Amino acid sequence: MTSSSPPAIEARGLVKTFGSNRAVDGVDLTVAPGTVYGLLGPNGAGKTTTVKLLATLLRPDGGEARVFGHDVAAEPDTVRGLISLTGQYASVDEDLTGTENLVLLSRLLGHSKARARSRAADLLDAFGLAEAAGRQAKGYSGGMRRRLDIAASLLSTPRLLFLDEPTTGLDPRSRNQVWDIVRAVVAQGTTVLLTTQYLDEADQLASRIAVIDRGRVVAEGTKGDLKASVGLGSVHVRLRDAARREEAAALLAPVLGSDPHRENDPVALSVRIEPGEPGSAGSATGTATAVAADRSAAALRALADAGIVVDTFSLGQPSLDEVFLVLTDRPATTEESAA
Amino acid sequence: MSTVDAASPAAPAGPPAGDAPATADIARILLADPPPARPTAWSASVTFGWRAVLKIKHVPEQLFDVTLFPIMMTLMFTYLFGGALAGSTTAYLQFFLPGILVSSIAMITMYTGVSINTDIEKGVFDRFRTLPIWRPAPMVGYLLGDLLRYLIAAVVIVTMGLVLGFRPAGGLAGVAAGVAVLLVFCFAFSWVWTMFGLLLRSEKSVMGVSMMVLMPLTFLSSTYVDPATMPGWLEAFVEVNPITLVVDCVRSLCAGTPDAGELVAVAAVSAGFVAVFGPVTMRLYNRK
Repeated sequence: MTSSSPPAIEARGLVKTFGSNRAVDGVDLTVAPGTVYGLLGPNGAGKTTTVKLLATLLRPDGGEARVFGHDVAAEPDTVRGLISLTGQYASVDEDLTGTENLVLLSRLLGHSKARARSRAADLLDAFGLAEAAGRQAKGYSGGMRRRLDIAASLLSTPRLLFLDEPTTGLDPRSRNQVWDIVRAVVAQGTTVLLTTQYLDEADQLASRIAVIDRGRVVAEGTKGDLKASVGLGSVHVRLRDAARREEAAALLAPVLGSDPHRENDPVALSVRIEPGEPGSAGSATGTATAVAADRSAAALRALADAGIVVDTFSLGQPSLDEVFLVLTDRPATTEESAA
Repeated sequence: MSTVDAASPAAPAGPPAGDAPATADIARILLADPPPARPTAWSASVTFGWRAVLKIKHVPEQLFDVTLFPIMMTLMFTYLFGGALAGSTTAYLQFFLPGILVSSIAMITMYTGVSINTDIEKGVFDRFRTLPIWRPAPMVGYLLGDLLRYLIAAVVIVTMGLVLGFRPAGGLAGVAAGVAVLLVFCFAFSWVWTMFGLLLRSEKSVMGVSMMVLMPLTFLSSTYVDPATMPGWLEAFVEVNPITLVVDCVRSLCAGTPDAGELVAVAAVSAGFVAVFGPVTMRLYNRK
């Protein structure tokens, strides 16, 4: 993609209110074409409402949004020609069979009868639903329904695909299947906006992530940016001798830059690695990892020099979990962040 | 969308086993098709009509209302009123059958609102509303599917009538013309129910409102008795009741004495229903 092509999504100050509830309260988003963008947030954060605004299902009360340069409020029909939506609750017709669902939607997109049938059959095959093709969707398992749902969104080869919590309620295997599908779709140039409450899902699929809470974007950036914003990770050690824990804690604190946490286990300590000079962590994951590795090595050396025996040692990467808690538990005052 | 070259690898998964999705195939399918031209308004509506027919196929129980209800209505009123009003049930049938044909099917139109009300809450409607199609197509599709139901009901009622002794002077052609006029009217009249289906919150309230509207409309009409026998104020209402206009028109057609004035009146009333309730329905649909 050239840099001159418009972003797949560009939203500025999007607002949607329901009565006194500001469900979406000034959301800004920029999604580059051909990428997976994760919208991460707890239930009720405004993820689905944001998707509905972008997918022309709701009209914004304020702000504006463009999909490939087309305004969602002024040119909804053009936008609809570019997008597909897989809603949070299965957006297939449960009374119809898998084949009927796909043929119906295919016909509505303008495919001829013959083309609609063959495309439906191809997709059902590719999605592992060939055997269930003739059964009503109400008898499908959660994973099958979700796959049918996503297949229905691919009948038109959309340029932008909205996936609203695509794996909520799925077992791990079905979840992996959905992830594989998303990767295959993106590999062909479709842009995906994914909402999820699962951090590992955003971590697995998305190249950029916006953390959304109470209708606002509280953080935005690459996975590396977000992780770096909460520190470099943590060092966990288990000592041979519980009596020397305080001594070890006193040694680790200055090396790693934070106060060690004494765990319930009397021989265990965990210490967050703080960047030496604040802000020097860098935004690239590589740099942050290197810094974290250096610090941990120094920490181990300090313990060894003092003759404190370490039974186990581990370096934990900061998880999106930590990012999420840090960002959303805190009153949402830090609107600006990485990026 | 072919900025991606064909050599770009899909996920390096092995051959898919069992129900696993085949990512390489997905990639191939996505690249295979140039986007088709958009469907016409008519084609999209007919596709939604096909959806309604499929639903009848999968849930045939929903045809009870268009088969048993009309049979019950026809039998009940023929034997209840026949002797008293016309001396014999056969004599009454000649007057009554076209009327009950219209009234029964007008009653059945209310299920349009009920089914829209339950359907619209489902996720699949969000999908329909993000499709680049003629906006009223889903609503028109419902009504097209319902026309099939009305046609079934009409065939049931006319067959019942013939068995009981109904002998229309207009013959098959007259009856068919009558049914055709009735279907046109019902299509137009149903926009009232699409509106209520979208406006009201629950299925029950849709039913309630529908009955409130339909009971007076169908009973205070020329269906059961000649309006000339009614008190003046009631006759005045009955004469302008759209159901009366349709009953009179269908009656003339069945009797083989079509009346241009009646046909024009039904056409005008039908156009009026679409012109008023169509736009209101679409406003509600777009806002939902």
